[in-house]
Amino acid sequence: MPRPGSAWAAALLLLVLALGPRPGGCSEITFELPDNAKQCFYEDITQGTKCTLEFQVITGGHYDVDCRLEDPDGVVLYKEMKKQYDSFTFTASRNGTYKFCFSNEFSTFTHKTVYFDFQVGEDPPLFPSENRVSALTQMESACVSIHEALKSVIDYQTHFRLREAQGRSRAEDLNTRVAYWSIGEAIILLVVSIGQVFLLKSFFSDKRTTTTRVGS
Amino acid sequence: MAGVWARRLRAAMWHRALLLALAGFGFQGLYFHIGETEKRCFIEEIPDETMVIGNYRTQLWDKQTETFLPSTPGLGMHVEVKDPDGKVVLSRQYGSEGRFTFTSHTPGDHQICLHSNSTRMTIFAGGKLRVHLDIQVGEHTNNYPEIAAKDKLTELQLRARQLLDQVEQIQKEQNYQRYREERFRMTSESTNQRVLWWSIAQTVILILTGIWQMRHLKSFFEAKKLV
Repeated sequence: MPRPGSAWAAALLLLVLALGPRPGGCSEITFELPDNAKQCFYEDITQGTKCTLEFQVITGGHYDVDCRLEDPDGVVLYKEMKKQYDSFTFTASRNGTYKFCFSNEFSTFTHKTVYFDFQVGEDPPLFPSENRVSALTQMESACVSIHEALKSVIDYQTHFRLREAQGRSRAEDLNTRVAYWSIGEAIILLVVSIGQVFLLKSFFSDKRTTTTRVGS
Repeated sequence: MAGVWARRLRAAMWHRALLLALAGFGFQGLYFHIGETEKRCFIEEIPDETMVIGNYRTQLWDKQTETFLPSTPGLGMHVEVKDPDGKVVLSRQYGSEGRFTFTSHTPGDHQICLHSNSTRMTIFAGGKLRVHLDIQVGEHTNNYPEIAAKDKLTELQLRARQLLDQVEQIQKEQNYQRYREERFRMTSESTNQRVLWWSIAQTVILILTGIWQMRHLKSFFEAKKLV
């Protein structure tokens, strides 16, 4: 007699496996870091996994941020202050939760937008049963090398897009600043010129001090 | 009667094992801590017609056991996605675990904001919430084993399909880059124009006020019989 409970549980397990955990993988996140703030991210890594952390500041202030990477014991693996862009590769020496933090505490009023890319291990293989006995055919290995090349093209495109976003943000800043400062200067110019004339006139129009002296 | 209870117990153990498996597997990914009323926003700069899939899972800090509970019913997250023009594309409440999907129709910065919307405020009680988040964009959203099963593709066909998807994404990104470069060029030209015209205007103002000053002062001093 079939038990509906176990069928449901089996279906759920299949769903979990389908949604699934991916061995290794890459997290790319762009987030906003307010002024005087620190944001930390954590990841559980198994021993011996090669990981890479790459970050870049996209907008805000002097385009720099503090970054700090700690292992599960609290040992600081990477610490840099006021960096615009950096890439750090390490191999996990033990199992546990690795933590990395971005800090904007040195800045008083600029929000920063930070992009980071945390690659843990290798990307999952296309086929689950990748422990193949037979070697890849020539076509398949050509496909693999094209895939790797395209991945690096996409990676370069991402970095180019970020640099371009940075340049564009500076250009737009410059544009608004030019507008405001030009208007401001024109107004100051007018006010100062007219003010000078009236001030000068007031020196000579003073009735109390007279240049003529009463002769005796 | 005992048989029914035994069956129920076994089912309960199965479910518990499944929950533990879910908690253990987790979304192999990043997590961060969020406060009760805190809103965290993430930005995805994407070309148009690109699919974005986000998976999240939340865990609540339990003060008694000093650990994070595997899952908390009644704890929801509100997900809001805004397109580059500020229009809301997706604004939905999900449970403590969820998956949200949207496709961009305009290229640019899309903002994905998450904040917790707990139905029972007491469960939070000044604790923190751990959110596992995983956002996949473009061709990373494709689930290749599923595509292979659905379209019955051989290995080589599947690899070719993956390469095609990658190349399509590169094409879309290049298109988006052309659009961005155009905007950048317009901004630079606008700055150029502004600098030019405002410099001319300021020089003209300077000369005119200089002339006015001299004339005004001359007539003033002539009136005062000092000149």
